Amino acid sequence: MKILVTAKRVPNPEQKLKFGAGQIDLSAASWQVNTFDEYAVETALRLTEKGKGGERSGEVVVVSIGPKDVGTQLRGVLAMGADRAILVGAEDAALDAFAVASILKAVVEREKPDLVVLGKQTVDGDSNQVGQILAGLLGWPQATFLASIRAAADGKSATVTREVDAGVEEKRVRLPAVVTVDLRIIGKKAVRNEALAPEGAEWEETQRYASLKGIMAAKKKEIKEVALAELGVAAAPLMKVKTYEAPAGRKAGIKVASVEELVAKLHNEAKVI
Amino acid sequence: MGAVVVFCEVSDDGKAVRSASLPALTAAAELAKHQGGGVVAVVIGGPGLAAAAADAAKYAPRVLAYEGAALVAPLAETWAPQLADAVKRAGASALVGTATSTGKDVLPRAAALLGAGMASDVTGVLGAKELKRPAYAGNALEAVEVSGAVLVASVRQTAFAPAAPGAAGAVETVAVAAAEALGAEHLGVRGTKSARPELTDAKVVVSGGRGMREGANFKVLEELTDLMGGALGASRAAADAGMVPNDLQVGQTGKVVAPNLYVAVAISGAIQHLAGMKGSKVIVAINKDPEAPIFQVADYGLVATWEQAVPQMIAEVKKLKG
Repeated sequence: MKILVTAKRVPNPEQKLKFGAGQIDLSAASWQVNTFDEYAVETALRLTEKGKGGERSGEVVVVSIGPKDVGTQLRGVLAMGADRAILVGAEDAALDAFAVASILKAVVEREKPDLVVLGKQTVDGDSNQVGQILAGLLGWPQATFLASIRAAADGKSATVTREVDAGVEEKRVRLPAVVTVDLRIIGKKAVRNEALAPEGAEWEETQRYASLKGIMAAKKKEIKEVALAELGVAAAPLMKVKTYEAPAGRKAGIKVASVEELVAKLHNEAKVI
Repeated sequence: MGAVVVFCEVSDDGKAVRSASLPALTAAAELAKHQGGGVVAVVIGGPGLAAAAADAAKYAPRVLAYEGAALVAPLAETWAPQLADAVKRAGASALVGTATSTGKDVLPRAAALLGAGMASDVTGVLGAKELKRPAYAGNALEAVEVSGAVLVASVRQTAFAPAAPGAAGAVETVAVAAAEALGAEHLGVRGTKSARPELTDAKVVVSGGRGMREGANFKVLEELTDLMGGALGASRAAADAGMVPNDLQVGQTGKVVAPNLYVAVAISGAIQHLAGMKGSKVIVAINKDPEAPIFQVADYGLVATWEQAVPQMIAEVKKLKG
């Protein structure tokens, strides 16, 4: 199975944002791969693993869109085990979800994967749109916010579970398809390719980290740089951020000494119980 | 400029507009004022949609009801084209829905079909094309502009008041004979339904975090929750650890809640959790670590273990309720 997986670089979410003149200053940001994209990479790798004798089968191609520096993050994904990478050159400011999806569509048409796996959202933009727009543009089926995925032995479909407001939905999609993953996907038995992995196959309950061997191997792997013009896509964002501001802060209240005091205050002062 | 189409989801019993969709109707009315058009509600479903369509008509002067056997299953593949059709049929310049799990799934796909830009999780309407939304786990507020003939927006349920019913509008039924599912099949939903109110609707939310250590320990939180008629929530750490189902997760990647009272128990207060609850009116934090960041947003903080504090709190609330 050939799988295309996305990896967006995002500023470290633990760092405090610096605001100035209606913008966010990211000049001192440290960058990392979006957490949900790491889960997507983990999902893609698992779908190619645990064949007979522990063999891998299939190919995982990782794609990112951004400035040249993203090579650093892509090298990290290759060290996790992805086979090769594509870096589409673009400035972050010129991208919204629609532009990203349009670029990915062009990459999909070149690479012709059986499955595209994305994180359900990025932790900077928080939009949760790209996978759905990509599926819509391609006219492919979609399965979003996956908690699990099982690719059928014949390679023609995948059965997934997704956590929805009413519970857990089970859905089957014909391949090729676009899927986006949620945090449950890194569960021990959440991913399985029936063509390869035996029933009950288990992985560690986390996304994998690069091993020394993986880091060495990644140095020899290809990162192909592609210009937007080569793909024939004009990335013109339909949604533009005009200004950013810090939200109004919430003031810390008081500490109470006992549960009695707490409940009394909630009743008499805050009047919420 | 034209009308604003609102994706109205249908309640579980099939008879009404789902309460989660009512704030989207409010946001749409605000946007329609800026756009100079009216509001058109859309309901989608299988045969027997008349009751839900009639309910939708209490909130909008015009309702389009897309009805057909092929639309029974809630599939983005078959539903997104109906929304795109509704925008064209109404000559609309905007499509709005609530950022529920269905809205998040279907609306961006409809945006793709319309060639439209989209703003997610909108918390305010600034103009005909300008919207306010949070990003960076709620640590930044963006003013965004969506260009193009049509704008699509999902709105945050807690950011707009539910629409109030008014004079009945007109319902037009659009009979859908076939809808291409592209090889997608809905196989069913395993419900985690409980007698408790929905997290996003509840007046009181009690959430547990990593410090609860295991799922069985949530029992005591459930007792407190039920005593106050609230909904149970959890931090991502607790959901990640498998203590509770992920649909209880409150935070950047889970649900956003804004109850009158939010009780955070054994939750440290990671940025990503705060993003989902800091709009609550009153926040209570119970944590054994006096340095936990949750105390910086709490109106009332109590430094204690949950083992000590929660059973006592149950006893105190019981006393109060007599």
